Amino acid sequence: MTDEARPSQPVPRTPWRKRLLRWEVFLALVVAADFALNVQLSPYFLSTETLSDVSFNFTEKALVALPMALLIIAGEIDISVAATMALASVCMGLLATTTASLTAIVGCGLAVGLLAGAFNGALVTRWRVPAIVATIGTMSLYRGIAYGILGDRVLKSYPPAFAFFGQGYVAGPVSFELLLFTLAAVLCALYLHRTEFGRRLVAIGCNKSAAEMAGVRVNRYRFWLFVATGVTSAAASVLLTSRLGSTRPSIAQGMELDIISMVILGGVAITGGRGSIVGVVLAAILTGLAIFGLGLINVPGVVMSLLMGALLILIVGLPIVGRRLRWIHV
Amino acid sequence: MSSRHNAALALLTAILFVAVAARYPQFASAAGLRDTFDDTSILILLALGQMLVMLTRAIDLSVAASVALTGMCVALINQAMPGVAMPWLVLSAALLGAVLGAVNGLLVWQLQIPPIVVTLGTLAIYRGATYLVSGGRWVNSGDMSPVFLSLVRERWGGLTLLSWLAIAGVLLTACLLRYSAAGRSLYAAGNNPEAARYVGVDVGRAQCLAFVFNGVLAGLCGYLWVARYAVAYTGIASGFELTVIAACVIGGVSIAGGSGTVLGVLLGCLFLGVIKNALPLLAVSPFWQMAVSGAVIVTAAVLNAAGVRAPQRQRILEN
Repeated sequence: MTDEARPSQPVPRTPWRKRLLRWEVFLALVVAADFALNVQLSPYFLSTETLSDVSFNFTEKALVALPMALLIIAGEIDISVAATMALASVCMGLLATTTASLTAIVGCGLAVGLLAGAFNGALVTRWRVPAIVATIGTMSLYRGIAYGILGDRVLKSYPPAFAFFGQGYVAGPVSFELLLFTLAAVLCALYLHRTEFGRRLVAIGCNKSAAEMAGVRVNRYRFWLFVATGVTSAAASVLLTSRLGSTRPSIAQGMELDIISMVILGGVAITGGRGSIVGVVLAAILTGLAIFGLGLINVPGVVMSLLMGALLILIVGLPIVGRRLRWIHV
Repeated sequence: MSSRHNAALALLTAILFVAVAARYPQFASAAGLRDTFDDTSILILLALGQMLVMLTRAIDLSVAASVALTGMCVALINQAMPGVAMPWLVLSAALLGAVLGAVNGLLVWQLQIPPIVVTLGTLAIYRGATYLVSGGRWVNSGDMSPVFLSLVRERWGGLTLLSWLAIAGVLLTACLLRYSAAGRSLYAAGNNPEAARYVGVDVGRAQCLAFVFNGVLAGLCGYLWVARYAVAYTGIASGFELTVIAACVIGGVSIAGGSGTVLGVLLGCLFLGVIKNALPLLAVSPFWQMAVSGAVIVTAAVLNAAGVRAPQRQRILEN
């Protein structure tokens, strides 16, 4: 009896109830709820200018959240992203005090990000340091170098054209930041979900040893992921520095935890092997909306972090509680 | 193997110490040694707690925020009711710390949320709670009762209470880990959770216990920090959790759980303490200290990793 004798079965469609219970749908509902809440909080919320302002709130972090999501899906993590942003910003600021061109300044920033990411990658692949330990070390190192170079000074002598990246608009209410983020999100989504390279990332995250034995060049993927994260952090640093118009060594302090929270909120399993870019984008929008809404009612930053922390635990814990109490049959 | 690591770390610390003391003899004087150890005592206590958590293959990023919250609460109580006796105050700090640790532990055990996610959340929650409890105000040394401040500085046999607490912590933790079943179960839970389950060790409960112990130590250190630095505000100990984790990593505690010694953690803390106290003497600007710490952590991590054989087969079976 051969397989050809049996007619092929049609692929069963996922029942609509199961589709509805997917993480991304859950997130989309929360986004809609928060949007409605924000509309209640302020009558000005629904204008295009306000909505455009909301986008500034999350695009820099969300940009870094994209390669970070790929990294976490592959089973690694990078806590040094904010420190890389600081170091890139300091280097750009120093170069801006000379008569360097705009391209040179931005290029310098991106190069710093590339080197920082490559060092992280080398620590993890070549010297086999666990990613969390390596990036805690490089986080102190990069931020420390930024502090050492700049001390308590501020760098402000950026050329006027530099402000376009963080403050410029491309078409109507769509800012350059939002456009860049949208392009990056589409590219990442296509890479992860539609190419074989993306599938290999998921395989690496599920079981590194098995992927290695199946012929996937695990170390090469990990190295280039760290490089990509470094370069993207530098790009986000360009956007942030341009938006702020100045550089202090404390720039982007604490941002790494916001970014990682964003990724986890987006449904990416911290242990690796699971997650989607759609989820991360939705989580980014949710974070931006929530922070903007809280800002409208004058909540202080520390309390905002408190609420985001509680939201993180709630949203990650709720499906587990639901499963335990038999609300969800998954 | 860990004894070789500890010997190397001890040697490195000694070399560093001698190098600085040769240039600045007051560093090696009795007073200098006492001060350095005193300065490192809080780090030692917190690192011991973090070690217990890391042994079970977890991590606690919220420990500095716990220190801030318990310290602020104790300072506020002392400001409002200076008549409360010190033992009660310290006990309540430790109890509050235990509660904070239990929140972490229960979320990890019962809801099975990964520890890094839980402690990322509670890090923000406890820090925000510190702000809410204090209303953004500072508690200064003038607001604290004299006995509140002097308790940590009392000297017995030359060492302050703070230093003695650190020594007691080291000895107690070493005994707990070596001679008690609960302590050994921490090693089992972290080294191979599946095998530990088969032997009857409840991995989740071991992690929860570790978080509670860590919380008690964090609560205690909350009082110690506020009393030693004579100030309490929302941002105290900000970022300190990474120094604590660094001390553990340098001391040879594996991030993947299951291995680490109290001696190693002690040496790791002393190493960082010597560096921290030596840098001002060497006229290194305080702005470069973070970079030096970072370089030290990276180097220590590389050296640690070089000594570990990749346990490939074990990981396949576990996954």
